Formats: sequence, structure tokens, C-alpha cells
Amino acid sequence: MTKVIKILGTGCPKCKSMTNVVQEVVTANQIDATIEKVEDIMEIMKFNVLRTPALVIDEEITIKGRVPSKEEVLALLK
Amino acid sequence: MFNWIQRIADWLVYDVLNLSKEQHLTEALNFFIYDTTKILILLFIVIFFMGIVNSYFPIDKVKNYLSRKKLYGLEYFIASLFGVVTPFCSCSSVPLFIGFVRGGIPLGVTFSFLITSPLVNEVAIGLFIGLFGIKTTIIYVVTGVLLGTIAGIILQNLKLERYLTPWVKEVLANAQRDQDAFQSEKLTFKQRLPIIWTEVIKILKGIIPYVIVGIAIGGLMHGYIPEGFFEKYMNKDNLFAVPIATILAVPMYSNASGILPVVQVLVAKGIPLGTAIAFMMGVVGLSLPEAMLLKKVMTLKLITIFFTVVTLCIIFSGFLFNILL
Repeated sequence: MTKVIKILGTGCPKCKSMTNVVQEVVTANQIDATIEKVEDIMEIMKFNVLRTPALVIDEEITIKGRVPSKEEVLALLK
Repeated sequence: MFNWIQRIADWLVYDVLNLSKEQHLTEALNFFIYDTTKILILLFIVIFFMGIVNSYFPIDKVKNYLSRKKLYGLEYFIASLFGVVTPFCSCSSVPLFIGFVRGGIPLGVTFSFLITSPLVNEVAIGLFIGLFGIKTTIIYVVTGVLLGTIAGIILQNLKLERYLTPWVKEVLANAQRDQDAFQSEKLTFKQRLPIIWTEVIKILKGIIPYVIVGIAIGGLMHGYIPEGFFEKYMNKDNLFAVPIATILAVPMYSNASGILPVVQVLVAKGIPLGTAIAFMMGVVGLSLPEAMLLKKVMTLKLITIFFTVVTLCIIFSGFLFNILL
């Protein structure tokens, strides 16, 4: 099943590096997933996060306020 | 406590590089190695310690605590205190602001947090200990917390809700003192450690270049500006010094790591500590990029009032410092 990955962030440097990490992991491991960047603050607030960037996988918040390592993202996607 | 670093610096400069003592450049290099090593070690310790605190005390818990408890005025102080342990990234300021407002936390309390969070952060504390010593650091932290508390109370009493942007007003109208369920990470200390470690390394990597450049510039200034140079222009009796230093500092968006070592030299050369601290607080606490981000939730008028109140509080504490120290 295709996983739905959302990256919540208003466009700060940390959010960009999270996107890069996730993108690399998905490509390198050929994971079936869509990556969506959520930059609209109203949309972000629906997820009830206080710190960005946040990583949402299949509507579940997994990481908040920090940039994860590739290994961490891979573990979350498996 | 740091004698061993001095010994390493001596060994490197006199033995390994074989430079002769008592030469201006040699002494400067020795001082530079000593200072950089000491400050980086202190930064590492403070950032690591704050990382542990923050891992167990995440912002979601803080928010729920503040919206749950009736604290009879103490909430400003507590919000300000929480600001110290929470690392602040200006890109988080908007979601944080909305989250607080939605949780039914009064605007003034939210401001208390927003003021202290960047003002008293782990990087500033680490640098302060290294450059000015423990006593000045404690004074800085206490002042920062009190400043956040008092400015928050003032802002609350100005009834500023009407100056929020319309969509935030809507959020405010629907605010409830709810317990937002948040997915907290249930991890053991062993599991948390690598995460904290990665963060610490990331923060350090980000600031090391600034620290080194700052100390190098400071070192150069140290050698070329005569003792007491600034005393003529910026002594304690000059009433304009503190306001001018603060107002100059507000639009500056330099991170503390680059500017603090330079400020330390300015103090050594005769700028009163209160004036210097007011300058520091202006640089670290308020910045234009932050104002730009806050425009999403506040009208220009509210941002102006917010910045003005905080600036006045900073100027006031600068004067207070100059009288007390």
C-alpha cells in the first residue's frame, strides 16, 4: 500500500533538510510512498503540532521539531 | 577548573609550534586556543544538559500544564521559566503561538514564553559562562526570566487580542482549555541519548564557525583597542548609551555565538556591563525575521507594541544593571 508522507513546516531550513532526508530514504529504498510538503499554517495547525518540522506518516505524527536521521526515517517507514 | 586547557594551549604554542614566549602574536594565539577550547567545552555541556531536560519536558507538556492549571498570576513566571529550557527556533514561533492561543492560554502568558525562549537559550548560557563567568550568567538568566514575566504581564494588560489577525481571532474564539492529546515519545534514557546526541552535535556544528570567528575578532580587537577606550563615550553617566545600544541591536540578526565574544572585549575595554547586556538582549531577543514570521498571526500594530514593550524592558534592565553592578 502506498504510504502517505507529509512534512509539516513553514519553509525554514530545518524543514527543508527534513524533506531532503525523507526524499533520499524513499528513493534509495524504493519505498512506495507519496511525499507532500504542507506549508500552509492552517493546515499545519490541524495536526496540532507546536514545533516544526513535523513528519506525518499515514496521518500519524512521528517526529516533531527536529531533523531525523536516515536510519530513523527508514525504521519508521518499514 | 580550566588550568588543564591552559596547559594544553601552552604546550601547543610553545612546544609543538615552537613559538617564543612574550611575543604579541604568540600570546594572542595562546589566548585564542585557550578561549575557544574552554567555550566549546562549556557550550557542549550546557547544550547537552538542556537537551536532556527538553527531551523529558517537551513543549506539548508545557502547553498542557499551562492551559490546565489556574496559577493566580504565577503563570507568567512559569511560562517564562519554560522558555529557558525550550530551545527556540524562530520557524516554530507561529505554530507555537497558535497552539498556545488555542489551548486557552492568555496572550500575555504566551508572550512571556515567546520573549524568554530566544533570550535565554542554551547557546547564550554556555557562552556567557565561558566569557563572563558564573555570576554574570546567573544575573543574565534571572533578568531574562523576570523580563519575560513582566513584559508578559504588561502586554496582557494592554488587551491586545483585537490586534490579532482575523483568522487567529477565530481560533481564539474557539479556544478551550483542552488537553490536546499528543503522541509523546515513550523512550528510555538509552533510546533518547542518541537523539539528544545528534541534536547537540548539530547545534554545535552550526555555531562553531561563528564562535571561532567571534573569538578571533575579539582577540584582534583586544590587541588593538587601548584599555578604557570606550569609557570616554559610553560610561555609566551617559544616559543615552543604553537606549542607543538597545535600539541599534534590535534589527541586528546575528546569532549570539558570533557577537558575544566581541561584546566581551567591549566590556573589557570599558563599556559598562549593563549597556553591553542590553545590547546582547536586543540582538538575541528581538529580530526582524521573527517579526516577519509573526506577521502571519499579528497585525503590524501588535508586533510594534510587542517589540516596543520588550525594548523598553530591555533598556530598563540595562540601566538597572549599570546601577547594581
